[in-house]
Amino acid sequence: MVGVQSIPSPAITADERSHEVDHPSSQVAQFGTEQPLRLDCGVDLSPFQIAYQTYGELNADRSNAILICHALTGDQHVANVHPVTGKPGWWETLVGPGRPLDPREYFIICSNVIGGCMGSTGPASINPATGKVWGLDFPVITIPDMVRAQAMLIDRLGIDTLFAVVGGSMGGMQVLQWTAAYPSRVFSALAIACSTRHSAQNIAFHELGRQAVMADPDWHHGGYADHGIHPHRGLAVARMAAHITYLSDAALHRKFGRRMQDRELPTFSFDADFQVESYLRYQGSSFVERFDANSYLYLTRAMDYFDIAGDHGGVLAKAFAGIQTRFCVVSFTSDWLFPTSESRALVHALNASSARVSFAEIETDRGHDAFLLDVPEFFDIARAFLQSAGKARGLTAKNA
Amino acid sequence: MSVQEALPLGGVATGQPGDFRADHVLVAEMVKPGSKVLDVGCGEGDLLQLLETRGVDGRGIELSREGVNRCVAKGLAVVQGDADTDLVNYPDDAFDYVILSQTLQATRQPKVVLENLLRIGRRAIVSFPNFGFWKMRLQLLIGGHMPRTENLPASWYDTANIHFCTIKDFVELCDAIDVKMERAEALDLYGRPLRLRMPWWVWNLFGEQGVFLLTRGGRK
Repeated sequence: MVGVQSIPSPAITADERSHEVDHPSSQVAQFGTEQPLRLDCGVDLSPFQIAYQTYGELNADRSNAILICHALTGDQHVANVHPVTGKPGWWETLVGPGRPLDPREYFIICSNVIGGCMGSTGPASINPATGKVWGLDFPVITIPDMVRAQAMLIDRLGIDTLFAVVGGSMGGMQVLQWTAAYPSRVFSALAIACSTRHSAQNIAFHELGRQAVMADPDWHHGGYADHGIHPHRGLAVARMAAHITYLSDAALHRKFGRRMQDRELPTFSFDADFQVESYLRYQGSSFVERFDANSYLYLTRAMDYFDIAGDHGGVLAKAFAGIQTRFCVVSFTSDWLFPTSESRALVHALNASSARVSFAEIETDRGHDAFLLDVPEFFDIARAFLQSAGKARGLTAKNA
Repeated sequence: MSVQEALPLGGVATGQPGDFRADHVLVAEMVKPGSKVLDVGCGEGDLLQLLETRGVDGRGIELSREGVNRCVAKGLAVVQGDADTDLVNYPDDAFDYVILSQTLQATRQPKVVLENLLRIGRRAIVSFPNFGFWKMRLQLLIGGHMPRTENLPASWYDTANIHFCTIKDFVELCDAIDVKMERAEALDLYGRPLRLRMPWWVWNLFGEQGVFLLTRGGRK
């Protein structure tokens, strides 16, 4: 029989991961029955909680708060060691002392999105009505729902206007939703590698990922928690497919080419002969250690539904009419998931609204993932944009 | 302060650090402080930076990615875009002034661009190299080749400038599309404004570049 090597099982148990779902290693804001979250699907979610991290201190006039919105598989652990994986924060390239988002200068907030699995209420949380895990009984959420929940957190923190809202990919969608829904509460907006609507191709990739999860017999129609298991194979395949879309042909070729993994010759089997296969399997198996399969279904769905123009009579510019927020839009040349053309459409709409907007396309072969990587030109732009906005806001730069 | 005093160096050539280009100083002087300005073809943002020192709310469009990224890294509100295709996205009367500095000759449709400038902006400021300048004429007449100058060093086959015109040509275009000239300046080879109210043909011969403050005509 031809040798087959499947994706390795996760090293971290489902129990270890699910502990973070209800008892996150971060700050938590609880919202009781008197403060329900009104969801787009018509359901009032209540009670619910939002897990969040903060870095730095809020200044006396509460004018230096920056909200970071995380991407699809991100969480609130932007710039600290991750409690499950033990790895550094996912945006330590951008956030930290001496970095463009410096906690000595700004009060930086990042919350786990509603529907997530790192402490904010989501499908992996316990449904208080049944005492069991929500699973597919959890209502479908949208990007506007995520932002509505964040606004409730920002209210709770006593902040009226955010100095900046910053995010890439799904985080960028939230940034744009913030400016469309709460224009007067966002002084500046840094939207990176994102779009005002999810494209057909992107919906298609998400559907592929969801079908991979649902095809795993361990998924049990979303009820795997009751069986004490996790559809890690399906979720790993979903992650592997998605991960390809985060890179580029050039980056894959540069990183792996056709090189073999720990061997000279092909094994004439379905082992991971190629380095790129081994890499993808690693990406898949390490992802399932920290992420809930149902949460992945819900969050990908939220991105699919996102369409700001659709919420404004089909005219994107209407979403930003008269807006005073200062925008900076950044795209990357090799990003084919959220290509520059999507950012350009946003910029055209902002121009039509006479908004103050900067737009830079950064040349890199690293694909969509570039926003998470060490790309100095991007950092220079983020830093200058925030400093210029800080000047307009009357913030005094300590690390300029 | 006269413009001339602020001009240590001539023409478009950049001077010492901190100095501003002669035509930029002249353009900036035409802009009322506190107004809202769009600089089309803003390069690396030098003019926008000069305007910011005068309390102007400046925005920019630039074709080259390098130029845009340098502008954004200076904190300027600049977007990557093309004067020929992207001006249509801006609404009427969005700006007090729209500036087209040394860019008209590089557009595919100068007439359409000019019309768009005065749709988006209540006023437009346009500067361009004058192909009627005596040195240009001399190069063509005596040298028999396409003119090249310090400010326009590219050869005909690799220049981005595809629509050269003379001051006289430009005045005629403005008249044809009902654009009124509120102010016209010609700069000599050293970037100094030609001072006397001389006839157009003198400007067309001795002006190395023209700078025009335009507004909508009243014919329509």
